[in-house]
Amino acid sequence: MKKVLTLVSVLLVVAMFLGACAQTPVAEPPAAVEETTQPLRIAVVSPSSINDLAFTQSISDALMVLKAEMGEGLEYAFTENMFVVDDAAAAIRDYATKGYDIVIAHGSQYGSSVQEIAPDFPETVFAWGTTVDTFGLPNVHAYEAASDQGGYVNGVMAGMLTKSKIIGVVGPIETGDAKLYVDGFVAGAKSVDPDIDVRVTYIGSFSDVALASEAATTHIAAGADVLTGSAQMVVGAIGKAEEAGLYWFGTQADQNAFAPSTVVASQVYHWEGILREIIALRAAGIMGGHTFSADLQNGGQVINLNPEIELSDEIKAKVEEVIAGINDGSIVIPKP
Amino acid sequence: MISDLLSATVIIGIISSGIRLATPYLFASIGEMFGQRSGVLNLGVEGQMLLGSFAAFYVTLETNNVWLGVLAAMGVGALMGLAMAFVTINLHATQGISGIGFYLFGMGMSNLLFQKLVGTVEGVKGFQKISVPLLGKIPVIGEIFFNHNALVYLAFLLVPVAWFVLNKTTLGLKIRAVGENPEAVDSLGVSVAGIRYLTVIMGGVFSGIAGASLSIALLNVFQQNMTAGQGFIAVALVYFGGWKPFGILGGALLFSMINALQLWVQVLGIPIPAELAVMMPYILTILVLTLSVSKGQGPSALTKVFEREG
Repeated sequence: MKKVLTLVSVLLVVAMFLGACAQTPVAEPPAAVEETTQPLRIAVVSPSSINDLAFTQSISDALMVLKAEMGEGLEYAFTENMFVVDDAAAAIRDYATKGYDIVIAHGSQYGSSVQEIAPDFPETVFAWGTTVDTFGLPNVHAYEAASDQGGYVNGVMAGMLTKSKIIGVVGPIETGDAKLYVDGFVAGAKSVDPDIDVRVTYIGSFSDVALASEAATTHIAAGADVLTGSAQMVVGAIGKAEEAGLYWFGTQADQNAFAPSTVVASQVYHWEGILREIIALRAAGIMGGHTFSADLQNGGQVINLNPEIELSDEIKAKVEEVIAGINDGSIVIPKP
Repeated sequence: MISDLLSATVIIGIISSGIRLATPYLFASIGEMFGQRSGVLNLGVEGQMLLGSFAAFYVTLETNNVWLGVLAAMGVGALMGLAMAFVTINLHATQGISGIGFYLFGMGMSNLLFQKLVGTVEGVKGFQKISVPLLGKIPVIGEIFFNHNALVYLAFLLVPVAWFVLNKTTLGLKIRAVGENPEAVDSLGVSVAGIRYLTVIMGGVFSGIAGASLSIALLNVFQQNMTAGQGFIAVALVYFGGWKPFGILGGALLFSMINALQLWVQVLGIPIPAELAVMMPYILTILVLTLSVSKGQGPSALTKVFEREG
């Protein structure tokens, strides 16, 4: 029995190997023909899934926008669920080895991997987000989202909508753009009324939907009537807000459609602007060394108001005013 | 500020949150306990939970019938349990490793199926809260214990039922015997493989229900990797509970209630850093484990391959 099984498994492995080889495109253009339309090849490595309604979805959406623009001129590959840094490092190195022109490491935990791998591939552009550190390497860009801006706008709206003057925040881990968003949000709510009590819980995970949902339940039991939160685990929390008939403010991706009567507005990341700049810089021969920020001014962040929820003209006007104030510098978001 | 914790709202909140959070652990852990008592370690509980969770979500989404969803989760869990049983009992694969293999399979498959069949995160109408007649109206106790959805009640009912089956029935005796001394059991004519198949499949069924309790009862949504390690904690709870149903109940409730407590600590603004608060359930569980009387060493034949001599 064992021998048969061994033989079968060996045959299976051989078959898979042959199958894989057969799929490798054999057609290579004759050397003499000039390659005029070589598509740009971009690879993305990210920590969660493409449809997480949050962080990873935002970069995936950006690439889809670019693909729609560039058509055949762009070829991209996406590796998701690389939460474990070692796996991500292997994927990043793999893409670089395969000759991808731009490799995007979309996760602040990938820093050490990028720092280690980038010098081995001077012909490849690496982009690391969300962060500001390029390690001084010539082929590494860094990008981040000024999520405190969108957070501030959401906070102002929340401050104007709350009747109980208690607002609940369900945060993942106090780091990166989650922390920026929360800090901005708290500042925005307090700018409306310093007596508003904004309670922040960090549940210690990006993916524990059950715990996030209980955090929301706890906020609601403690009197909050407006909620917000960051990272993909909030889908359970939004559900609890919906059940209780309360308001939610979304971030990272457009969460309005998920609970149309609950999500007032979402701060949506649009990374395409930054990606276009990186592509343009590469075409001009610059492989790295720049830091980018997605903010309200350059369209990297957009506040999507939910059309299904009626907002008073006063609130809408305030939103315009606050966005304008952030853009022209008259509103400075205080750091905690 | 700590005195804020003693108010009625908070205590009601902590205990009822704890009860909800404990539900998936109870299902998965009791299922795993049966398997381990018969000598099989299954580390693939997380994968079974994820696939069961997706199956329940998808079937409920398409048919609007929550019980069909639970059945789907049970079926999926049973299939994975069957595969695990075949791999460990017939093919003599190392149990720890094959369990991890099933975890990876369950995770990957649920992700793939979700992306192909559903696409974007959306909600589903799951089990609704049922207030137990009469008991649900008692002022504080009613709110805490008797206002949950059907799967929560089932999870807690499972504990005494599992205790009874394990300790008071012939089947339970056989299971325990197979886990302690399979050679002796075999010599008496009872099929060791048969018992182990039964318990591992049962474990799979319960892991599936645990997953269903997440996606169509407690959270009413499915997202990729939503179990976030709960399956592994369920396996740990089997050890913590000394392989006994009531021990597992104690462990699950301890862990979940401390988790609920730390949420309230954060919400009320008690000045404990969030990182420390999040650690609390894990630290307290370790403390209780070290300070408690020895829980015994578990079934003697756990993880050992049984091969019939001659």
